[in-house]
Amino acid sequence: MSDYKIEMTNVCKTFGTKHVLDGVDLKVQRGTSMVLLGGSGSGKSVTLKCILGLMQPDSGSIKIDGQEITGLNEKQRDEQMTKFGMLFQGGALFDSIPVWENVAFGLIHSENMDKEDARIIAIEKLKAVGLGAKVADLYPAELSGGMQKRVSLARAIATNPEIIFFDEPTTGLDPIMADVINDLIVQCVKDLGATALTITHDMASARKIADHVSMIYEGKIIWSDTIAKLDNSENPYVDQFIHGRAYGPITKHANMAG
Amino acid sequence: MNMKLNPLIWTQGLCQTIGAMVLNVFSLVGVLSIFVFDTIRHTFTPPWYPSKLLAQFISIGFYSLAVIGMTALFSGMVIALQSYTGFSRFNAEGAVANVVVLTITRELAPVLAGLMLAARVGASIAAEIGTMRVTEQIDALRTLNVNPMKYLVVPRVLAGLIMLPILVFIADIIGVLGGWLVGVYVLDFSSAGYLRQTLDFVTFNDVSSGLIKAAVFGLIVTIMGCYNGYNSGRGAQGVGRATTNAVVSSAILILIFNYILTQVLFA
Ligand SMILES: Nc1ncnc2c1ncn2[C@@H]1O[C@H](COP(=O)(O)OP(=O)(O)O)[C@@H](O)[C@H]1O
Ligand SMILES: [Mg+2]
Repeated sequence: MSDYKIEMTNVCKTFGTKHVLDGVDLKVQRGTSMVLLGGSGSGKSVTLKCILGLMQPDSGSIKIDGQEITGLNEKQRDEQMTKFGMLFQGGALFDSIPVWENVAFGLIHSENMDKEDARIIAIEKLKAVGLGAKVADLYPAELSGGMQKRVSLARAIATNPEIIFFDEPTTGLDPIMADVINDLIVQCVKDLGATALTITHDMASARKIADHVSMIYEGKIIWSDTIAKLDNSENPYVDQFIHGRAYGPITKHANMAG
Repeated sequence: MNMKLNPLIWTQGLCQTIGAMVLNVFSLVGVLSIFVFDTIRHTFTPPWYPSKLLAQFISIGFYSLAVIGMTALFSGMVIALQSYTGFSRFNAEGAVANVVVLTITRELAPVLAGLMLAARVGASIAAEIGTMRVTEQIDALRTLNVNPMKYLVVPRVLAGLIMLPILVFIADIIGVLGGWLVGVYVLDFSSAGYLRQTLDFVTFNDVSSGLIKAAVFGLIVTIMGCYNGYNSGRGAQGVGRATTNAVVSSAILILIFNYILTQVLFA
């Protein structure tokens, strides 16, 4: 079996005339945690959706466990889906069903667990993300944005997936809750042996959860290495990004293009 | 010389516009056919979601009852009044009951119920599924290994197919009742005479053809609602456009199919 859980090679994706992904190469080792950095609109979420098969890349190869997944038919892709958990950037909670059923959704529908058992697990998972049992019977619209994000996280990990994607998991959370989420992500990878790919702008969070870091810029991965190397990347784009400087190569290019 | 007035350029522009429109229509028909085919395929393959189907029976069927009942009642009443004043010009007032039951069962109950369903249900389906698309709930369903066609589309389409004929059958009865009310209390017909005339005159075909129309209209409304919501553009604007398109396209399709079905059923 391949060493890599996820292998993207030369993946391109265009919307209209906009080349969002322009030859992305990204490899994530089994059981490790990768953080993907990049400015907003640089195609980070699109990258995750291509791996999940929610979007079809225009060209390139994506392998999961060494198996090519672009061009699979619907049924084969459904089988692949059971491996994934995903925390969407906007939460994407189902607003017509209560919180606990959101969390238990995969257990009930994908693993055919009966509702009482699924509810017990859902309440456990809610506790893990710092939410009490009282929240379980509320509807998503009754929660604050940060609480919705945590419910969404609980839903993503409820089925103990092999691969978990976190799209900006700590955005909109207070620093303490952000750290609870960081610990949880670390725990998922360490305890469950899951492979994680996280998008974040939060450098504190990146330092805590990442084994490896990659940076996407203008549709390509321009830097990829271990977290220890992040501060000595010798890459001016990475440097500007991690220090959040307003002046540097990223903004220079943007200004020239604009 | 003003370029806009040059007839050659003007004609060229016109041809381009018409060409693009024709291509659009064909590609829309193609994409819509694939959507319908997918819906049918998913209807007949497991897993099924009976609780979702039941919820749609209630929201599409039960909650449309009041508005469709009102529509039928007043339609029956106004036809009785109109046909009486019209027919009295050539002393044919006696045909009021016949006209009411015929127009209600064959035409007005299915068409008006269909249009009401488009406004009430088609719009809400498109808005709901469109919002789910825009907020990535449809993507989330897929990552949780649930097929959104099976979970969202199939229950709504089946509910439309089954509930609208039932609603129209009820509307038939209420519409005739409306005609009877006006006949007896305004136009001074005898109650028993009006009812006997109605029941003697109406045929199985009159009612069943209306119910067949209703089934088709139920499909049209729910499929157009689901299709437009499912393919909603991004943002609130996308959902708004999806909702408008769902209502307008299903209303027009209902009127077109009403003509086609009438021609086929009564040929
Ligand atoms: N479904 C879509 N249709 C058209 N454009 C899209 C779509 N999804 C994303 N994009 C565009 O792709 C670019 C990258 O988006 P995204 O991956 O969401 O950025 P981010 O890196 O902030 O997550 C953006 O410019 C966005 O407008
Ligand atoms: Mg994003």
